[in-house]
Amino acid sequence: MNDRSKTRFKAIAIGVSTGGVSALKHVLGTLPADFQTPLLIVTHMTPGSDDGLAVLLNTLCSVRVKEADECEQITPGTVYLAPANYHLLVERGGYLSLSIDSPVSFARPSIDVLFESAAEAYGPALIGVIMTGAGSDGGNGLLKIKEYGGIAIVQDPADAEMSSMPERALQLLKADYIVRLREISPLLMKLVRGNT
Amino acid sequence: MTGNELIDLEITLLMEGIYQVYGYDFREYSEASLRRRLLQWLSGSGFASLSLAQSQLLRDHTLFDTLLRGITVTVSDMFRDPAFFKAVRTQVVPYLKTYPFVKIWHAGCASGDEAYSMAIILLEEGMKGRFRIYATDINEEVIRKAQEGIYPLQDLQRFTRNYQSAGGKGSFSDYYTARYDHAILAQPLRDNIVFAAHNLAVDTNFGEMNLILCRNVMIYFKLPLKERVLELFDNCLMPGGFLCLGTKENLDHRKISDRYEAIMPRMQIYQKRYERSK
Repeated sequence: MNDRSKTRFKAIAIGVSTGGVSALKHVLGTLPADFQTPLLIVTHMTPGSDDGLAVLLNTLCSVRVKEADECEQITPGTVYLAPANYHLLVERGGYLSLSIDSPVSFARPSIDVLFESAAEAYGPALIGVIMTGAGSDGGNGLLKIKEYGGIAIVQDPADAEMSSMPERALQLLKADYIVRLREISPLLMKLVRGNT
Repeated sequence: MTGNELIDLEITLLMEGIYQVYGYDFREYSEASLRRRLLQWLSGSGFASLSLAQSQLLRDHTLFDTLLRGITVTVSDMFRDPAFFKAVRTQVVPYLKTYPFVKIWHAGCASGDEAYSMAIILLEEGMKGRFRIYATDINEEVIRKAQEGIYPLQDLQRFTRNYQSAGGKGSFSDYYTARYDHAILAQPLRDNIVFAAHNLAVDTNFGEMNLILCRNVMIYFKLPLKERVLELFDNCLMPGGFLCLGTKENLDHRKISDRYEAIMPRMQIYQKRYERSK
């Protein structure tokens, strides 16, 4: 897993909303310290929030978790959370950018905005994951990841704390994997190792 | 060439054309946001591709104006990030008060919300008649709207809440008059603000400033343009002057970094050193 040349995937993008904190604790908390593929995460937060969630997850996880800074180079072994009240986007040169453009599907940060820009930047080298959440954000973005040849993972709606986001995604596209929460991090490890 | 790469090429060509015809330079804007905004404009424009739109965009100023609006307009709020404005009030204004007259440049003022917020703070802190705010934006239409100081009434509730958490000393309702479904900002607020069009990517020096406010504008710029704009700000700021950036921006690893001290790091408020370090 340390040899990045062996893996097809350059990044993993995750979208989560209601119920997201415990879902993220579980998925990120079970990734090993040497997990190299960077993760980019949008979770819907209220505008007033600080970087508390990133700090909390960083203490609970073996991988490094931080809030994304503007113009930040994406580095291996790091999990980036979108800051409250900003959209998070991936630039072609492998770095992150932020925007204060209008909310998309009532959300800023929006999962669709992250997923669409990540799909354009990474093409087939991207894994997209939609987990628990209310609303419809993320479906269009995951569809775009599929269209660009990436892998789509959706949390089984029956297993999700809030099922509407996974359901919406499954209406729009044929997911490569529909799995329960506890299966997500083993699946990610398997995918980046390349032995699926 | 994939469809995706074709769109990239179309964007590059169009931005070059716009620069040569209209003088607006978007060639050094971050691609992901620019692309998103352009494609959003395209989807409502009736054109099938940017190449097809290009011929008309380069000839028809009115059509170009709709595109310009689509790619430059940002929204803000009065006292967006109340904690920041509270910090300005408590940490920066005491310095400003030591000058007989202060000049403030709000670069990228959009609808003017934050310029008005700054005027409210300075008036409440007893600086009436002792300051001028130059509020500039790339978009002339936005500037005209900002000058009017008219907001939908439904925004005022949020502004009032922000004002209070930013340490407002009066009643926010003193600063506007409600008419039907709109609110007009009080004249004294507008008296102290000069609105003007200014393009950070191509225009130059704006004069000696005590404070420059440029929040969430440079997040749309690529690094070389960001560096150039920071140099421009540095040239305009007096020693001891303040540079205020957005919550998620900072001066780390920039060419001008060593000339500034972060006086409130988490608020992104920087003070220019009196003596230039080497």
